[in-house]
Amino acid sequence: MSYIPHTDADREAMLRAIGVESIEALFDDVPEAVRFPELALPEPLTEMETAEELDEIASYNLPAGEAAVFLGAGAYHHYIPSVVDHILRRGEFLTAYTPYQPEVSQGTLQAIFEYQSMICELTGMEAANASHYDGATALAEAVIMALNVGRGRRERLVLSPAVHPQYREVVRTYTQGMGLEIIEPGPSGDGTQSLVAAIDKDTALVAVQTPNFFGQLEELAGLADAVHAAGALLCVVTNPISLGLFTPPGELGADIVVGEGQPLGIPLSYGGPYLGFFATRKKHVRKTAGRIVGQTVDTQGRRAYVLTLSAREQHIRRAKATSNICTNQGLMALAATVYLSLMGKRGLREVAELCYHRAHYAAGQIDELEGYSVFQDRPFFNEFVVQCPQPVSRVNQYLMDYWGIIGGYDLERDYSQRANQMLVAVTEMNSREEIDILVTALAEVQND
Amino acid sequence: MNIPADLRYTEHDEWVRVDGKEVVTGITDFAQDQLSDIVYVELPDVGDHFGQGEAYGVVESVKAASDVYMPVAGEVIEANTELEDAPEVVNQDPYGKGWFIRIQPDDPLQIGGLLDSDAYQAHIEAQR
Amino acid sequence: MTEPLIYELGAPGRRAIRLPEPDVPRADLPEAMLRKDLNLPEVSELEVVRHFTRLSTLNHSIDRGFYPLGSCTMKYNPRVAEDLARLPGFARAHPLQDEESAQGVLFVMHMLQEWLREIGGFAGVSLQPAAGAHGEFAGILMMRAYHLDQGDTKRTKILIPDSAHGTNPASTTMSGLDTVEIPSDGRGNLDLQALRAACDDTVVGLMITNPNTLGLFEEHIQEVVELIHGCGGLVYGDGANMNALLGVVRPGELGFDVLHYNLHKTFGTPHGGGGPGSGPVGVAARLVPFLPGPIAVALMPEDEPDRSKAEDNGEEGDLEMPIYRLAMPAKSIGRMKAFHGHSGIFVRAYTYIRMYGSQGMRKIAEHSVLNANYLQSRVGRTFPIPHDNRTCMHEFVAEGTVEGSQVRALDISKRLMDFGFHPPTNYFPLIVHEALMIEPTETESKATLDAFAEALATIAREALEDPELVQTAPHSTPVTRLDEVKAVRELVLRYTAP
Repeated sequence: MSYIPHTDADREAMLRAIGVESIEALFDDVPEAVRFPELALPEPLTEMETAEELDEIASYNLPAGEAAVFLGAGAYHHYIPSVVDHILRRGEFLTAYTPYQPEVSQGTLQAIFEYQSMICELTGMEAANASHYDGATALAEAVIMALNVGRGRRERLVLSPAVHPQYREVVRTYTQGMGLEIIEPGPSGDGTQSLVAAIDKDTALVAVQTPNFFGQLEELAGLADAVHAAGALLCVVTNPISLGLFTPPGELGADIVVGEGQPLGIPLSYGGPYLGFFATRKKHVRKTAGRIVGQTVDTQGRRAYVLTLSAREQHIRRAKATSNICTNQGLMALAATVYLSLMGKRGLREVAELCYHRAHYAAGQIDELEGYSVFQDRPFFNEFVVQCPQPVSRVNQYLMDYWGIIGGYDLERDYSQRANQMLVAVTEMNSREEIDILVTALAEVQND
Repeated sequence: MNIPADLRYTEHDEWVRVDGKEVVTGITDFAQDQLSDIVYVELPDVGDHFGQGEAYGVVESVKAASDVYMPVAGEVIEANTELEDAPEVVNQDPYGKGWFIRIQPDDPLQIGGLLDSDAYQAHIEAQR
Repeated sequence: MTEPLIYELGAPGRRAIRLPEPDVPRADLPEAMLRKDLNLPEVSELEVVRHFTRLSTLNHSIDRGFYPLGSCTMKYNPRVAEDLARLPGFARAHPLQDEESAQGVLFVMHMLQEWLREIGGFAGVSLQPAAGAHGEFAGILMMRAYHLDQGDTKRTKILIPDSAHGTNPASTTMSGLDTVEIPSDGRGNLDLQALRAACDDTVVGLMITNPNTLGLFEEHIQEVVELIHGCGGLVYGDGANMNALLGVVRPGELGFDVLHYNLHKTFGTPHGGGGPGSGPVGVAARLVPFLPGPIAVALMPEDEPDRSKAEDNGEEGDLEMPIYRLAMPAKSIGRMKAFHGHSGIFVRAYTYIRMYGSQGMRKIAEHSVLNANYLQSRVGRTFPIPHDNRTCMHEFVAEGTVEGSQVRALDISKRLMDFGFHPPTNYFPLIVHEALMIEPTETESKATLDAFAEALATIAREALEDPELVQTAPHSTPVTRLDEVKAVRELVLRYTAP
């Protein structure tokens, strides 16, 4: 299969116009010894054969839908309204580039402006950028922004251990050349007190997650005051569906709000492409990384949209840019915009409530099982921690082998003191029937 | 191109006015014209200290951004905060209301090493 | 033509999607923690569909017309890849589910790693980075980590040609290193003398784009690589322009130590209006332990004692078949993002490479270069081509000036829109005056290239006969030129209810 349209006659005419004998002659600048290697790749297939092959490969995965899924930990199986993908598949959105030429990119630009507006609304912030690669990299960019706001004089980062472990890893990857001091104070799950104790005058940023990695809502009141008293910034990592229900971090003193936008109409896709949302106060917007769309007018006075504040960015500032970021997650931001438009004022709250009620039902049922207990000391949203009678890997193996259920996340993978603790996620996709089957299965693993 | 004779200049297109023991600085008419519409000026905090030639701020147009450099080493004793909301003043009045910062020089002798208006004029013409 | 904001449509109380009523008892909500208000649109499903459909028609796109944006490789994006990435087996796989239940996608990742390795001539590949700039960042972090691991702590400099993309110096800064800019010579190559002078024991490495952003293959590439290796540095290749090299030369065989690939450029995955991209990195043997992870590995039963034991006992499994797992390289620089990279994009790129196969790869490069040279020969009749009119690779740069006219490259670009074409990349690379950087790609026909060249010739005539027509263009687009100064000075970044 090939998408090259040239006929022999085309090739001949073109070579004549160029004034060379053959296509090969165009490559004389390439060192001869290594020119035109044989590539050990498979033989080409037609579209039909390729589709057959990938159909078969896909069948070796067990996806949500075929299995009941109680796994979350940063990626969630939510319902995606049909319209979302129909819009995403429009070639005018799908096959456009970054909207550098606003006269022929108003579709993408206005959609991003609407996205920024919705993210601001959800998070309670004044300004949002056009998105980052995912929630983890959005947090890493928040760290860099805080260092810039601190003009490079503050070099301490206080990171709650209840922030997603992979997000914390990404922050470490990003900052490995920056000479930062990263503090992850206290045992995970003791709230925000040990964070406050770790703040000093060198602290650029305090990052906390709510609902945290264990599903619990953190108490932000008081934390923001302590952070601001030290002249540092507060970054809150959050789940956008939870914002359908709970007070936005912007109203609780956050200076930056970031998170994973995947729950907003983006499929699980084995981890990506997802959507990192990033919102902040207007006064920090010039220190923000990433594309930002602003409103203006054209020469005829019509309202229109354009990439703005470009002087922050790598193509102008080069080594002094706020970040090296070049792309955003344009199509994923569009998915979130269409999703939030469809859900609207009331729908998002309903999704959040459905997740909440089903999760609490599941937590209550599991907590009653012999040998199990659920951590319910603080309010939680749609995820909770279950203390299991056996190692989580064994419980999950049983759930998969005998019930076709994908069980929760094994917290011991990241927290050695959390042996036999499973992080269970429940969304609107988990019906009561499915939850009841899980509860039955968990009861039986005990007897197995 | 307006190059007042009573000011001193740097090769980075900053001007300097001596005001008693202090100096005031900003960017020249030539610099504002090169940048075209200035949309943002980032200035340091009062109390910050910089060496001679060190970047203390940034001036931005839509498609460009330039660092601005200390003409002499010293402490920033005042910054023109009005530029935050009205950066276009730099275009309109670069040597007056468009000033950037006031400096307490470490070594007043450094002022003598700056360009005079003729030398700056020659510097600009050499660039063209 | 403009479209209202979604917020300006609809009416209070109107709805699109409805959710089922809870089938479980309602739990108590923590009242003190609930939000009071959520101002999202209130619209019907039809209003949503019409709004976004109308918005889409305001865009230029590959599907609509020629898109010769230099260094962006705007080739046709095969639709079948879109279908296959949406197969539930791929689209609904959870990133943290057990590897045993994700063998399909892990197989795709492993094969894609292997194929990219083969195409680039490298010893290892990681699919982690989410975009080209992300791959660059990973590459520089690996080079830095390599030197530190060797106990070599005085290397702090990255050498970058003046023709480089801005992401190169920006990635360098993020890695805590300093950029040293190297000038280009009159033929568009790196200035060897300047490079030689910059080579010392403080050099981490060189970042080089080859073919460079002028579309020219570096004529002294082997000397360049030898100079860098000679001072103990490493060579990073910016793979943005890999479309010219598929099956033509393997960067690893030129001595490159790292290269990032852009799956969204070279391997036909859609750009999506600015993303998602995908920027895998390939590395030479000495950097394999430093790759960002996790990466997909194929393990045979003998690699996993537990498994072969279970199978010896007659349990399920096939002794001949590898099992695919995720693994972190020994001295990895770490994760670049959560989870395992842009897996949905991997399925698309797998599809693309599978359909073209080995010979197909070379045909892509050959025809992208044929198209670029043909177009250069035609455009060269109208506009100056700097750097001695050399044979270009997959793209070329023209100078957008017309003698005797004040018309600038930007005006020419804007006027092209009236002919139904997307403009080339403007004012980049920085080293060419009034640059128009043109990349036609291999999927465009001769007829399209001819029409584009004719449009440029017409515009050049207009520049002399009716310059105002060009300077006020575009005239036929949904909006005309925008007031970008107002956008920055007044900063309206979100909708606010009246």
